[in-house]
Amino acid sequence: MVTMIIFVFPFLFILFTAGKDAKSAFRLDFSIPEEWYLWENLVTVIQADKYLIVRATYNTLVLTFFSVSLLVIISGMTGYVIQRKSNRVTSSASFMVLTALIIPPAIVPTIWVLQKIGLYKTMTGMVLIEVAYGMAFAILIFRNFAATIPRELDEAAIIDGCTGWMLYFKIIFPLLKPVTVTIVIIATVSIFNDFVNPLYFLPGEKNATLQQTLYNFQGRYSTQWHLLFADILYITLFPLIAFIFFNKKIIAGMTAGSIKG
Amino acid sequence: MGSKLRKRPLRGAYPNSLMYPAFFLYLLLFFLPTVVSLFFSLTRWSLQDWEYVGLENFFMYFREAELRIGFRNTLIYAVLTSALKVIIGLYLANFLTSMLRSKDWLRSVIFFPTLVSTIGVGYTFSVLLDPFEGPVNRGIRTLASNVGLVTDGPGWLTDANLLPLLSIAFVDVWKGVGFATLIYIAGMASISREYYEASAVDGASARRQFWSITVPLVRPAMFSVIILSFIGGLRSFDLIWAMTNGGPGFISDVIASINYKQYQAGFYGLATAGNVILFIFVTALVVPLFRFLNKREVVA
Repeated sequence: MVTMIIFVFPFLFILFTAGKDAKSAFRLDFSIPEEWYLWENLVTVIQADKYLIVRATYNTLVLTFFSVSLLVIISGMTGYVIQRKSNRVTSSASFMVLTALIIPPAIVPTIWVLQKIGLYKTMTGMVLIEVAYGMAFAILIFRNFAATIPRELDEAAIIDGCTGWMLYFKIIFPLLKPVTVTIVIIATVSIFNDFVNPLYFLPGEKNATLQQTLYNFQGRYSTQWHLLFADILYITLFPLIAFIFFNKKIIAGMTAGSIKG
Repeated sequence: MGSKLRKRPLRGAYPNSLMYPAFFLYLLLFFLPTVVSLFFSLTRWSLQDWEYVGLENFFMYFREAELRIGFRNTLIYAVLTSALKVIIGLYLANFLTSMLRSKDWLRSVIFFPTLVSTIGVGYTFSVLLDPFEGPVNRGIRTLASNVGLVTDGPGWLTDANLLPLLSIAFVDVWKGVGFATLIYIAGMASISREYYEASAVDGASARRQFWSITVPLVRPAMFSVIILSFIGGLRSFDLIWAMTNGGPGFISDVIASINYKQYQAGFYGLATAGNVILFIFVTALVVPLFRFLNKREVVA
């Protein structure tokens, strides 16, 4: 029905155009290619600019992996303590979360801060930024979920001599798995597709992410539609493959924390 | 944190230090820049040195047409995209939960765009909506000529009026409605079937059931959709940048893209002021919205 067409049509267009040769792609009509040049186009795109896409893929995956890992660890720790304890520190933590959710970050001053500590234009700096920006939502989700872990468990562990950091990492963290999966999925999608933050904090080709290379591609190959769409197809393959395999998990994860935020 | 038994056995179980890493990042990369931005927004800045200019940057935002338009556009964009996502998302969710077959496939198709690169989606639609070469207008021209009309088809992204902004909003909804739909479906799953069964016994039609049972009880989900999409809409940048760069000219610029343009041009003080303005704008709109929605949720 109509809905299906609306949602599938653009993807078919991407696929078909990426599969055409330069001349028929230029016509930009919605038609199946007479001859499929999909492989050749993809290869051209990957080889372009000395395999820039390969480097960008690596950068994006590295960024995503480290950011998500750090995010999950730091946010889980914080969300858990906020849920369990009530003191001045945890109240300010809650306030911190609330403000970070609504207030848009002050980008230029953040660049200034990064410059002062020498992390501007570095992958490390970018990772820290992604973690800092993603923390609020993650802490919220972890906090809500921590309420479902009974305190008796903590008490039992403490009586056995386990405290503080050990308590968290050995006992609690494994129990947070369902919601950790949720956060991992949401954060991965968000960071993988992030364009505006690397645009500001990680300019330059050396550290370019996939989104940035796509952006630059459009400038360089503007009317070579078969190549541009091959690049778009390439960048779409990642979420597509992930979605095919983790369909149920992704959908469950995305909605789990969203309702009673 | 020793392992001795103490009077209050939970001492040391929840060390504040577990929160320190998060605090550290927050203070350094969020709080500090935000506080500093309040100062630097009052300057002409080059990152190395600054020159105090008072509220001049802010006045410029209200004086210059190309800056002022950000307020109108951002508001229209946010309201439009969230309203559409709220309404269409609910409709789709209702549709998906009432059909019995092949809904998983449809649900996946509707949701997939949420996972895809925003830039990629933006370029794809820019091409599709190209007034002269794009398939959409080609289709329109063909349809029109079949009826005897001659038209070039609308300039979706090139007209010098509100149309580009609306076209981008449409793409935003295309990409994001799947997420809203899922949130609704999850919310609907918690509505007890008994309500529907009981009302069916009383002779209620599907439409009546929808309005009297589903809509009231899906409020928490609707609340989430409203807030999330509204905040997202206010801060939107990627799609607008990919599709029109705020153009033609500056007619589809929103606050976020305007700020980037100032940054690109090296007007760091102005860009920072723009950030402060966005901050105030978002807070002034979202906090009352949040309170309003919270009040109405008392029952469910």
